[in-house]
Amino acid sequence: MSRDALLSATHLARHYQVKGGPFSKPATVKALVDASFELYPGQTLAVVGESGCGKSTLARVLTMIEPPTSGELVISGHHVSLKEGQRPPAELRREVQIIFQNPYGSLNPRKTVATMLEEPLKLNRRDMSAGERREAARAMIEKVGLRPEHIDRYPHMFSGGQRQRIAIARALMLNPKILVLDEPVSALDLSIQAQVLNLLGDLQDEFGLAYVFISHDLSVVRRIADDVIVMYFGQPVETGPAETVFTTPRHPYTQALFSATPVADPNRRRERMKLKGEPPSPLAPPPGCPFAPRCRLATSECTEGDPPLNEVADGVRVACIHVDQAMAAHEASA
Amino acid sequence: MAAISTPAAPGTFRYQLASFWKDFSASRGALVGMIFIACVMIVALLAPWMAPHDPAMQDRSALLVPPVWHAEGSWRYILGTDAVGRDILSRLIFGARYSLSISAMVVLISMAGGIFLGLLAGYFRGWVETVITRVMDVVLAFPSLLLALGLVAILSPGLTSAMIAIAVVQLPYFVRLTRASVIGEKNREYVIASRLAGAGHLRLMFNTLLPNCMAPLIVQATLSFSTAILDIAALGFLGMGVQPPTPEWGAMLANAREFMGSAYWAVTFPGLIILLTVLMINLMGDGLRDALDPKMKRS
Amino acid sequence: MALLDIEGLSVRFQTSSGLFPAVENVDIKVDRGEVWSIVGESGSGKSVAMLATMGLLPWTAEVTAERMLFDGQDLQRLGSRQRRRIVGGEMSMIFQEPMSSLNPCFTVGAQLDEMIKQHRGGTRRERHERALDLLAQVGIPDPARRIRAYPHQLSGGMSQRVMIAMAISCDPRLLIADEPTTALDVTIQAQILELLLRLQEEKGMALILITHDMGVVAETARNVIVQYAGRQVEKQEVRSLFAAPRHPYTEALLSALPERSGDADRLPTIPGVVPGQHDRPTGCLFNPRCRYVTEHCREVAPIPAADDPAHTLCHYPLNDPQAATPPDGLSPRSQQQDDNPEVRP
Repeated sequence: MSRDALLSATHLARHYQVKGGPFSKPATVKALVDASFELYPGQTLAVVGESGCGKSTLARVLTMIEPPTSGELVISGHHVSLKEGQRPPAELRREVQIIFQNPYGSLNPRKTVATMLEEPLKLNRRDMSAGERREAARAMIEKVGLRPEHIDRYPHMFSGGQRQRIAIARALMLNPKILVLDEPVSALDLSIQAQVLNLLGDLQDEFGLAYVFISHDLSVVRRIADDVIVMYFGQPVETGPAETVFTTPRHPYTQALFSATPVADPNRRRERMKLKGEPPSPLAPPPGCPFAPRCRLATSECTEGDPPLNEVADGVRVACIHVDQAMAAHEASA
Repeated sequence: MAAISTPAAPGTFRYQLASFWKDFSASRGALVGMIFIACVMIVALLAPWMAPHDPAMQDRSALLVPPVWHAEGSWRYILGTDAVGRDILSRLIFGARYSLSISAMVVLISMAGGIFLGLLAGYFRGWVETVITRVMDVVLAFPSLLLALGLVAILSPGLTSAMIAIAVVQLPYFVRLTRASVIGEKNREYVIASRLAGAGHLRLMFNTLLPNCMAPLIVQATLSFSTAILDIAALGFLGMGVQPPTPEWGAMLANAREFMGSAYWAVTFPGLIILLTVLMINLMGDGLRDALDPKMKRS
Repeated sequence: MALLDIEGLSVRFQTSSGLFPAVENVDIKVDRGEVWSIVGESGSGKSVAMLATMGLLPWTAEVTAERMLFDGQDLQRLGSRQRRRIVGGEMSMIFQEPMSSLNPCFTVGAQLDEMIKQHRGGTRRERHERALDLLAQVGIPDPARRIRAYPHQLSGGMSQRVMIAMAISCDPRLLIADEPTTALDVTIQAQILELLLRLQEEKGMALILITHDMGVVAETARNVIVQYAGRQVEKQEVRSLFAAPRHPYTEALLSALPERSGDADRLPTIPGVVPGQHDRPTGCLFNPRCRYVTEHCREVAPIPAADDPAHTLCHYPLNDPQAATPPDGLSPRSQQQDDNPEVRP
């Protein structure tokens, strides 16, 4: 573990107990399996994958909304040890804040912008007077590109992009070091999306924030990420520097995901790497590698055990036993 | 998509009041309802000066006198008299005091208790929820009047016991509504955001969640208000509520039931005033909901 | 004769504060077997225009059109019974949320059966055969089992396949797909788009794909209509649209795509937001956000030039194929992108 990592996660896992009917025994759903990574100031780590891949669970664990079932989470040098339902200590909670996908659900419809922005200060900064709090809220609302007079309005008076700016302002009120961005621009229109991405870039430069950027939109991720984790069915299948992963995807799933993403260039009609079928049900996980049922390279070996996440190139780790064949196939098609 | 152009200084109490009034008065029905209720309240307050007679005075020479527009009617008893010769108008005017205050108390008790229990159940879930909802199911399983009667019998007959009994009968509706809305709102992202900001259980329950659950509760309160008027009347009729000769609308209605065929006025006027009051309260409730809920605000 | 021929379509909604023009003066002409795409951001009226064509708008909508023909029949004059036969039969539509488009109380089979019964009839046995065949056509594995499934037992991708099966059950000649893959994952999206294009080709249907995703447009459509604030701003073949957009809005939209921005430090943005009901500008609707805006744009609403095949709704169309250089005095207002966010005056 590096000494100046803001956040380091080692073998994080999160399981849920799912009650079946009254006569069936409860099942365990492994929403997140064995995630390890480190996060440094000013760095953006992107978590990529489709719905049900465990990205949102990871967000909830990192923000300490839920404790990990196993594994170790260290934030700013503090070991996080939480029990189910327990609230994290204030000094840790301040360090990590979250921005949600849906700007319409993340703002309390009954509160004015000022009340929402001042709430974190009211709860954590007892030393500030009401006037100072209001001043701080005003300064922050301008920082995210809204006007001071917007501060006494209710959320329903704002458009989606403006709401997302308000959510960002609220998250920054306590000067966190880490922002978990859970699909922050997916619900926004293209022209607004660019505005919010630029804002996030500016804020990162100004405050040295570290971002955990959760997204399914690869074109956005490619633009802003330093490092990438590709997840499938709760497991990281490929991790590494964004540039390397995007230019040479090594895991068959990463390759298929990249190839399925539409590119806004009509002259580039490529042969798609077709992915058959759908992700497995979390209640009936397939044996061995979870991607095996959809994988074109799968052999009987794949179903025998979880493939380990091995380092295959400079900083790139891939969980696939047929990574060499996948690489060869990718080079042949490129 | 809103560009508001309200010039008043936002954030102040006066501004909030002004915007509330703007939304509330936008609904014609709500305004009419409020004016009517305000009139009834003024009448109730000024009852001793407005009523032509003592509501308990029995005029043995004028039993079941019809209202003034009948041939046998007289200006002395404008709305007629009841079976023991009491002036119906005076009793209605004094009755407003009892009916409104009793119902208001009932709704207040029942809403406060219901919101508290509902918040607990919806917020904590688990065994807290199981206990609360099961007890409420038991309350609901009794015929409401029977339960109220039983409670009054235990607590000794009288106005206070009647109010408590009816409040208990109304409680499950508030608990269920609150619990359902809390469960719906609890996992919304703004609640999680508030939690990450460091809000404790109490703050989350009362400051973050409750205001977002109020709209259906206000509507339920207006419905309960009308039920309370009727339930109090029923208890009075059975001798377990308001004791005679207290002039309470429901009791008046109940007492005059046997003369429905021969002296319609003795039932019609109390019935009419109950109907109108309940209707107007409901109209006002709708207006309140529209004005209190920022989501319904036109921007 | 075009299959769908609409001219001057306008839709206005009655709202508490007056009429709101959701769609204004839209022309669409789709021939048999063509693939069109209507692209635009939220509030561009792209879905509303198609819903109006289908006659699926609520009564608060006021639909007017100079011409609204489907296969030569005037949709505005048809009686409701005839219209129902065309809508859902010859012209059918699928929607964004497959999960809520299916009735949760009935099995997939029952819902397909209902659809076939309405438009084709046949014995129970024939209808069952037909339903199985349709499910197989849309690539649902094990149709004999899935036909008895309830919607909640299906994933989003499977539900959308069922919706497509229902839509093609009567061999429509026009299929309108309203953001069919927006709610789905990328790998499933690829499957569904491929399915739609395959069916379109096999059956010779015309396909209108409504989307906000430029990537989807680039990979599926042949012709594109760009809408902004209820107006059609341009209409082009897909390659030339991406290579040489004629309207400043299209140009700005394309350059806001992260993958097209290159290594620039900041993404180019379009300042401001789509105008709503209360802040519609005078003149060109795009003028407050346009980087080429002139005084003329603020005062006079543009009309497409008669000789412009792209029907560009702009006083000064870009990338004019006839003119090699832009007219005098027409250069971007400022090279530095105005990043002032959505703040209205």
